[in-house]
Amino acid sequence: MAQQGNRVKPNPKAPRQVLPVLAPEIRAHSADEVALGFTAEQAKLEALRCIQCAKPACVDACPLHIDIKRFILSMVEGGFDAALEAISEQNPFPGVCGRVCQHELFCEDACLVGKKWDPVAIGSLERFCADHARLRTEEAPPSPPRKPTGPKVALVGSGPASMIAAYDLVRKNYRVTIFEALHKLGGVLAYGIPNFRLPRNILHDEIARLQNMGVEFVTDFIVGRTATIDGLFEEGYQAIFIGTGAGLPYMMKIPGENLIGVYTANEFLTRINLMEAYKFPEADTPVRVGARTVVIGGGNSAMDAARWAKRFGSETTILFRRGRAELRARLEEIEHAEEEGVHFEFLGAPVRLLGDENGFVVEMEIIRMELGPPDSSGRPAPVPIPGSEYRIPVDTVVAAIGQGPNPTLQRATPQLVTRNGKIAVNGGGATSLPMVFAGGDVVRGGSTVILAMKDGREAAAAIDRALSQEQQ
Amino acid sequence: MNLILRKEWLAPDIALMEVEAPRIEKRWLAGQFIIIRPGAHSERIPLTIVDSNAERQSITMVVQAIGKTTRETAALDAGAHIADLVGPLGEPARIGSGARVLCMGGGVGVAELLPVARAFRAHGNHVVALCGARTDAYRILDGELRKAAGDLKWATDDGSYGFHGNVLQLLRGMAQPGDFDEGHVIGPIPMMKAVADATRDWGMKLHASLNPVMIDGTGMCGGCRVTVGGEVRFACVDGPEFDAHLVDFDEMARRNRAYREHEKTILDKHACRLGLSQ
Ligand SMILES: Cc1cc2nc3c(=O)[nH]c(=O)nc-3n(C[C@H](O)[C@H](O)[C@H](O)COP(=O)(O)OP(=O)(O)OC[C@H]3O[C@@H](n4cnc5c(N)ncnc54)[C@H](O)[C@@H]3O)c2cc1C
Ligand code: SF4
Ligand code: FES
Repeated sequence: MAQQGNRVKPNPKAPRQVLPVLAPEIRAHSADEVALGFTAEQAKLEALRCIQCAKPACVDACPLHIDIKRFILSMVEGGFDAALEAISEQNPFPGVCGRVCQHELFCEDACLVGKKWDPVAIGSLERFCADHARLRTEEAPPSPPRKPTGPKVALVGSGPASMIAAYDLVRKNYRVTIFEALHKLGGVLAYGIPNFRLPRNILHDEIARLQNMGVEFVTDFIVGRTATIDGLFEEGYQAIFIGTGAGLPYMMKIPGENLIGVYTANEFLTRINLMEAYKFPEADTPVRVGARTVVIGGGNSAMDAARWAKRFGSETTILFRRGRAELRARLEEIEHAEEEGVHFEFLGAPVRLLGDENGFVVEMEIIRMELGPPDSSGRPAPVPIPGSEYRIPVDTVVAAIGQGPNPTLQRATPQLVTRNGKIAVNGGGATSLPMVFAGGDVVRGGSTVILAMKDGREAAAAIDRALSQEQQ
Repeated sequence: MNLILRKEWLAPDIALMEVEAPRIEKRWLAGQFIIIRPGAHSERIPLTIVDSNAERQSITMVVQAIGKTTRETAALDAGAHIADLVGPLGEPARIGSGARVLCMGGGVGVAELLPVARAFRAHGNHVVALCGARTDAYRILDGELRKAAGDLKWATDDGSYGFHGNVLQLLRGMAQPGDFDEGHVIGPIPMMKAVADATRDWGMKLHASLNPVMIDGTGMCGGCRVTVGGEVRFACVDGPEFDAHLVDFDEMARRNRAYREHEKTILDKHACRLGLSQ
């Protein structure tokens, strides 16, 4: 610890450091990461903005309770590695979270400095620490994976909820296996979030770390199909965590939605991210992105789809039935979409899609909306204005209007109690079945990476409690 | 990675492949399918499970080499591996008992018909199979089908074997409304549509096993959606089997053509490297 007298004085009034980004002209044709991350100098200056609150509200607000105050102090003192260590105690995936977590809803929303000035850029600092260490250790030879010896635990799905549960459990010597339906690991981080937001080497490295700690990964394995929950117990797994996410896309339920060129955000993003259609014909899976794209919705999926469409050279519009203030995507992504030239059309909703004689979508009919009193979500309800319909030409339509829980496992496990398709849980993610736990989007519906991680962590703790009790 | 144990050409462009898949071998039921990716850059494509062998812990699939992915798959030989293989997917075929069942297959669909016909027979149904092929050279799995169905009739487009004509014409010539309680059809879309249209007033339940474009096969993308009785259904999880009399085959045919230009691009690009092994 530095001496009190040596400590540099915090400077909360200094302007918040601006995250360097790739020039929009370059982004238009590139899958490269947009946000470049702070320089060491910027990171130090930004860290100095933290006033080291006696009761740091940011730490409470972080669902993983990262010791933000401590890691920022380490940064001020020049110990970037010590800072990363402080983060990693609570969050083993700082490279991912520093990029995709919606900090403005959690830690940065609570930051005291933000009450008067701009909040400390906690997310960018987290990312800086991860990248700083990564750049230096990239060439380190991988150590042979450890071999845990404790009871066997199965985690279903390889998204953030399972990733953190695996980390917590393997550290306690459990033999952890993650079963993933797809051929790649990471859940939404792999199939939903584009490279230009989360470069795949960052994701792979953080997953590889789990592998090195002794976590076993099995891809191409659908629990409920390839094996059942009961079957896994018979194979010796003593507890099961279900982190299967919210992968079931909602449909718009309007005429013409099966025309060619009309995608759900999941299909559009899966083709491009998971199957790498942006490399077609180097990769075999194609995607149709025409001259004009309209993306329906206002969440992260909508931004991601629109920004990809733009990169395919399409004139791209996001059509949202409410106003800008009601967009639910990460603020940074909204701004980046705007910089990249995505056009936003607020207060409008599609009514029908019209096709040509070969079944290709060519036109969209839109109705204007106005904002009424708040609905069940607490946001002003969009109310259609009769007679305000108009039509625009369109070649590609992406419906990014939300997702429900992935139903495969539930259908194959009818004894598992669900509510509206979501798995019902009580404390610690315990489901209606003994030794079966659940968390993340399959419990919450579409949510966020960090809340999925919080659930995974709580379930891991509950599994540990249950299994240690059993052993006594 | 799944090891290929055996490959056999059934017809000039149709290969049968037996692949190690112990878990799927134990759990699959007639009508279900798998999704494979032959190589690391490949598309994900669905293939019906045709047969299995408990001793060798294997399943069998039949691939017609048409597009790039199917050609690449069919070009793999015993000893090679398939990069990804996942299943069993989809709902099993609905197999009742004590009925007179008409099983109809066309092209490579004949292979996919085999496990369904077998299951119907095993459940005490009287099974008649009508199978179609372009020419005698394209008739596949004749011996197996003969065992699976009580009665097997072939139609070839050029008359080189059996009935001269297609399955629909064969059906018209040999069956009347009331002859059968139930039917199952699997094959090219125009064939399934024609059979559905022809039997609409027969008072016979007809199931079609659909083959739309798929990606994940787990209900996650909606790319496989079809309209059945005016409702949007996901073929990979709600199907692949649906009431043929309610399926919008025209829409499905259009959707299956969505990537025609892309398929051409990629075939042209790889034409030099691939080529049909015969
Ligand atoms: C396009 C998009 C962008 C997003 N952007 C952000 C963002 O920037 N910030 C943020 O905080 N949140 C974002 N979200 C939300 C966030 O990604 C999710 O809340 C989070 O990933 C949920 O994690 P999870 O572990 O519950 O499930 P998921 O990440 O959904 O992972 C579930 C995994 O389980 C697998 N699976 C499903 N069923 C089975 C089965 N039966 N057997 C085996 N495996 C199975 C699936 O294939 C999948 O890989 C975004 C979501 C989307 C769709
Ligand atoms: S709330 Fe803001 S100022 Fe206070 S400790 Fe956390 S980051 Fe620093
Ligand atoms: S193939 Fe994606 S939902 Fe059926």
